[in-house]
Amino acid sequence: MIQHLSFLPILLPMLAGVLLLMPPLGTNKSNRRVASVVLSIFAFAASLALLLKVQADGTQVYAIGDWSAPFGIVLVADPLSTLLVCLTTLLGVVCVLYASAGDDEKGDFFHPLVHFLILGVNGAFLTGDVFNLFVFFEVLLIASYSLLMHGGDKKNTRAALHYVILNLVGSAIFLIALGILYGVLGTLNMADMAQKVALLQGDDVFLAKIGGMLLLVVFALKGALLPLHLWLPNTYATAMPVVAALFAIMTKVGVYSMMRVYTLIFGDEAGELTHMAQSWLWWLALATIAMGAVGVLASKDLRKLIANLVIVSVGTLVALVAVQTVEASAAAIYYLVHSTLVTAALFLLADLIGRQRGDIADKISAGPAVAQPRLLGTCFLIAAIAVIGMPPLSGFIGKVWLLKATLNAEYTFVFWPLYLLASLAILVGVSKAGSTVFWHHHAKVTEEKTQELVHPAQLVALIILVSAAPLMSVFAGPLSEYAIGAANQLHDFNHNINLILSRGQ
Amino acid sequence: MTLLWIPLLSLLGSIISSTTGKLTRNQSTGLTLLMPVIALLMTISLAPAVFSGEVIRETISWIPLLGINIAFRLDGLALLFVFMILGIGILVIFYARYYLSSNDSMPKLYAYLMLFMTAMLGIVMSNNIIQLWFFWELTSISSFLLISYWWHKPDARKGAIMALTVTGGGGLALLAGLLLLGNIVGSYDLDVILASKEIIQGHAWYEITLILVLLGAFTKSAQFPFHFWLPHAMAAPTPVSAYLHSATMVKAGIFLLARFYPALAGTDIWFILVSLTGLSTLLFGAYVALFKHDLKGLLAYSTISHLGLITLLFGLDTKLAAVAAIFHIINHAIFKASLFMATGIIDHETGTRDMRKLNGMWRFMPYTATLAMVAAAAMAGVPLLNGFLSKEMFFAETLHQQLLGSMSWLIPVLATIAGALAVAYSARFIHDVFFNGDPIDLPKQPSEPPRYMRVPIEILVALCLVVGIFPNFIVDDVLKAASFAVLGGYVPEFEVALWHGFNLPLLMSAIAVIGGLLLYTQRRYLFQFQASLPSLNAKKTFDESIYRITKWCQRKISDSENGSLQRYLMLMFVFVLLFAGWPLFEMNQLGGQKQLTPIDVHNAMGAALLMVGTISTVIWYRARVVSLLMLSVVGLMVSVVFTRFSAPDLALTQLTVEVVTIILLMLALFFLPQHSPKESSSVRVVRDIAISAGLGIVVASICYALITRPLESISAFFLANAKTGGGGTNVVNVILVDFRGFDTLGEICVLGIAALGIYKLLVNLPLVIPASDSEGRPWAKERYPILLASISQSLLPLALMVSFYIFLRGHNLPGGGFIAGLVTAVAFILQYIAHGSSWIVARLTINYRKIIASGIAIALFTGVGSWFFGRPFMTTWFEYFDIPFIGEIELASALVFDVGVYITVVGATLMILASLGQLANEPKEEVNT
Repeated sequence: MIQHLSFLPILLPMLAGVLLLMPPLGTNKSNRRVASVVLSIFAFAASLALLLKVQADGTQVYAIGDWSAPFGIVLVADPLSTLLVCLTTLLGVVCVLYASAGDDEKGDFFHPLVHFLILGVNGAFLTGDVFNLFVFFEVLLIASYSLLMHGGDKKNTRAALHYVILNLVGSAIFLIALGILYGVLGTLNMADMAQKVALLQGDDVFLAKIGGMLLLVVFALKGALLPLHLWLPNTYATAMPVVAALFAIMTKVGVYSMMRVYTLIFGDEAGELTHMAQSWLWWLALATIAMGAVGVLASKDLRKLIANLVIVSVGTLVALVAVQTVEASAAAIYYLVHSTLVTAALFLLADLIGRQRGDIADKISAGPAVAQPRLLGTCFLIAAIAVIGMPPLSGFIGKVWLLKATLNAEYTFVFWPLYLLASLAILVGVSKAGSTVFWHHHAKVTEEKTQELVHPAQLVALIILVSAAPLMSVFAGPLSEYAIGAANQLHDFNHNINLILSRGQ
Repeated sequence: MTLLWIPLLSLLGSIISSTTGKLTRNQSTGLTLLMPVIALLMTISLAPAVFSGEVIRETISWIPLLGINIAFRLDGLALLFVFMILGIGILVIFYARYYLSSNDSMPKLYAYLMLFMTAMLGIVMSNNIIQLWFFWELTSISSFLLISYWWHKPDARKGAIMALTVTGGGGLALLAGLLLLGNIVGSYDLDVILASKEIIQGHAWYEITLILVLLGAFTKSAQFPFHFWLPHAMAAPTPVSAYLHSATMVKAGIFLLARFYPALAGTDIWFILVSLTGLSTLLFGAYVALFKHDLKGLLAYSTISHLGLITLLFGLDTKLAAVAAIFHIINHAIFKASLFMATGIIDHETGTRDMRKLNGMWRFMPYTATLAMVAAAAMAGVPLLNGFLSKEMFFAETLHQQLLGSMSWLIPVLATIAGALAVAYSARFIHDVFFNGDPIDLPKQPSEPPRYMRVPIEILVALCLVVGIFPNFIVDDVLKAASFAVLGGYVPEFEVALWHGFNLPLLMSAIAVIGGLLLYTQRRYLFQFQASLPSLNAKKTFDESIYRITKWCQRKISDSENGSLQRYLMLMFVFVLLFAGWPLFEMNQLGGQKQLTPIDVHNAMGAALLMVGTISTVIWYRARVVSLLMLSVVGLMVSVVFTRFSAPDLALTQLTVEVVTIILLMLALFFLPQHSPKESSSVRVVRDIAISAGLGIVVASICYALITRPLESISAFFLANAKTGGGGTNVVNVILVDFRGFDTLGEICVLGIAALGIYKLLVNLPLVIPASDSEGRPWAKERYPILLASISQSLLPLALMVSFYIFLRGHNLPGGGFIAGLVTAVAFILQYIAHGSSWIVARLTINYRKIIASGIAIALFTGVGSWFFGRPFMTTWFEYFDIPFIGEIELASALVFDVGVYITVVGATLMILASLGQLANEPKEEVNT
């Protein structure tokens, strides 16, 4: 079993999805809930075990069907992909648990779909083959379409429709890009592609460039980079919050793909195409940060606000990817984990707050007081401090690190002021939202609507996410070491090529 | 470990005090006081070492990779601040016990106060500048919580946000500055930085670093023009104000100036920026203070003014000025804390802080009045009190600087004017409140406060006197030690004394006192003049600018996110055009070395049909059925192309997919309007044509470039190994189920999930079924033609046979699970069309989701099976068996995998069909037909 550990983060969610559609696990509500939570914990445990193995024995390359790279599909469990798999499965546990308080029954197939989504995301993180990446993009997209419509109304379905159509076009572009790259390079394994790109000559270079740039469009759409981010605010704000929380990982798949493609394939050793996307990434990232900050100030409800925070975090991450140094990538890795967990926590909080404020829900305006101000207020304060990037929580370390990592980059003179201004905008936006929601009440509280108290399952889920911010700060020492190690390996071209291509040959 | 314990104890105190909700007020206060008192005693025990010039350090590793460590350091400057923070903190806590009403939560206030104390201690004791920033921001957070203590009041909420915004913004600038500083020096260690003056000031980044650090300091210490948050912070309970204005918060900004004085000061730009900011703040604060009717407002602006004075002193280019600055830090903390506490008593006992109502308090609370008057006199700089001494030093230093060249004489003149203003507002504080006739409309009948509420003030006022009369006796050591730290080792000879003889500073003091009293007596004219000026309301301006920014942002967002899918798609296509088109222009030659094959009639015809189909789809896109039919032409032509170029598997797949898709789309179109209205303007049509033509050109060029180039690819491996390694002669199928079977597994998941999603979307969808077609013709009476029904029924077994055959031959000849599944699905679809879904549902009672799940499960478990042979997932196995009478047959694990594929495809397709079909079978319709 231990030699198949790299495959478990894919196998277990797929198995969970299948089992939850069939008797005996899928037959009734309580069976489904218990099974879903247990299976999601299995997946998380397996991911953790893989993480420990990768820490102990180094990167695991798993050749599916025993066909070695570049001919077959290989899974590459390196420190970066394994970390993200752990993050995804953890988020899965949290969301499944949270939804088990009642959200899961507001439509069909919630639990299987969540597991299928995790399957897609894990696959995208682990695969070393670019066509297989496309397949897992499809898996996670189709699962996400379905989840978007969960418990949906008209507004929600409309946003979901936009999401579906844009992503279908994105998939078509992805395929065209892959066709071009295969046409030039004759291979689909990412390590092999990286090797071949360096050897390109003449006009083939430009054809490969087209392929690479088209991939950028796809990843920019997935990761929500300006101006392809326009779908995100509405989609995330109208999705059921627990789904939006799960989607916190989805934009990161786009960012992760950029990291892989523009560090390994079109990175330091790509001959004429070395760092070909760098300046594009920079400017797109900067524009995204600016737009996200504007959105944060403009938001009229909490979920929109959080959606815009997601956009800022994507812009920040891509800016770090664009620097293409080990330190920047390490900062990106830390920041990615932090921002995913914190935005997920905020989405859940917005939901709980909204449920206790009657008709006004999560709108940022005066309304009835929440029923559990101490619990929700404390959690919101923690999440807000983390997302703003103030001490003592994880956001502060992320902020210090990313500023430090970009200090000597090419566009620092634009990035620093812009990022700091965006931070100020977030500070103002979030603190205003929090003080309005928690402190600004109508003179008389109308008690016509019963306020839903936080369900124990929701509470556990919330606490797991919220406690991540202080924990990531306390354990910043070992975490930063891990991130540096992961980034080192991401940038170690020869090591990656040898490791992936040498197996079994 | 003693050093670490000082902030740790106060943090502990914060936690302890937050849990004292059930205790009495005295117990709660006592418990809260315990920790800071212990910390103070520890500090005192460390003091002698520091006085002797030692710097105590302690470091614990935290994030070594980032150079961020938990590092504490106690030198003279830190010691001074620790004394002030703990000392005044203890008095404030004690005072708050009597101040808070029984409705207010005491544990909450104490917890926040202690947190704030921790943050301040952290700032002054940090030996790592990132850690310093850490605590710096913590003061912003905890002051936010303190100011918003009475959060139900709008003033408190707004004041808190304003303070957070300004100091938080400054904090960000400070962070940038500190990171630059760390980068210049190569370390975040304060020890290293303080010793690297030359490196820092010689660096190209020095100016920007300095400006960023100063921005942090000035916003925190409420320097003009960032001062406006401080008066609004007084929405906090008065004990909090007493703390914020004296020993903490604003003093953090001043501390920063002092802390980095050895490293950053000494250049012209430092002197100009710091002194001019300080000077304008000094004058502005003193002037505005005079006009405030609210007692706390007066004190707030007086704080601003005094902070300006201290800043100005740091900006004067003499060594002694820094000493004077430190001395004034001490004095200001002492008298300002006592004044705020006295104000709190007056507010507490009368219910108002308005000086137009408060008059003649002397009669009601003579004892408190005496204390307040002494403190106010110290603020004015009256001899025998501490304020006088530092003000004297200040005047003396303004005379010694050469800052403005030939215009340097302006500074002492302006300083004297500010001094006069300070005397005037202090006089107003004393005279208006305690004398000046009788009180007007007080909410409460005033009296002396509880005995112990005055104790903290008594202690502080006593200090004012003792320092004022015997300066050397009490502050000499700490002042020398702090100056030693600020000046970086060299302390000029100085003597703090009451009497220096008749000299210029004394004259300036005299002018200030007389001028101030004159100003106060003639204030009527000044007030009239002030009333004629346009009033500046910082809160209104701040709120309005936030409002305006928010509106602007909302406009920008609604402009860009206008909800138009067409626009979003257009942007994406433009990006594709740009990204894919640009490199094309960089190419030297589009075509490759390969020879083009000659065009024959068949190919030309096919291509023409393909084009006609495509263009017709677009032209008739508003007539949806026609458009769909044209689309099917395109699809069929593609499958013909596959056949023509020897790709039978692809052709078969394409054909069956096409059939299923078109039928499903037909079904979907039934619920949609038959015609879509014309929506695009002509300009838009032109734009869209341009974009799509551009895309067409780009994609076609890329295709041409690719197919005219020779390709060396991994496909040779597949051809060579399909039979030997995969056990099949149909390479396409071996790729699908073996080499890249993992992709297939993913894709059948996609198919299955899509079916679930469609079901999910449609299951509760209330759709109105159109009674007629778009021209108003009713539907045909005979919904299910008998002829079709009978033929389709007899076709079913045949079709199933065919699909079974296609399935079995798949591994070696064109076919396979995917195609077979689609053929089976088509056979069932035909039954649906012929009989209607209710007829089928009655006869075919199967649960599609279970079918899909079992299909995926079969494929998955086939893959897992290879584990039992010690091989990775999906390693295939095949063997040839010689069976009597039948001959040699091959058994392969891939075949089982293909069964999974087959079942999933059938299940998913039928589930989609059934979901769409059930919509058409609303019970009402059934009754009618």
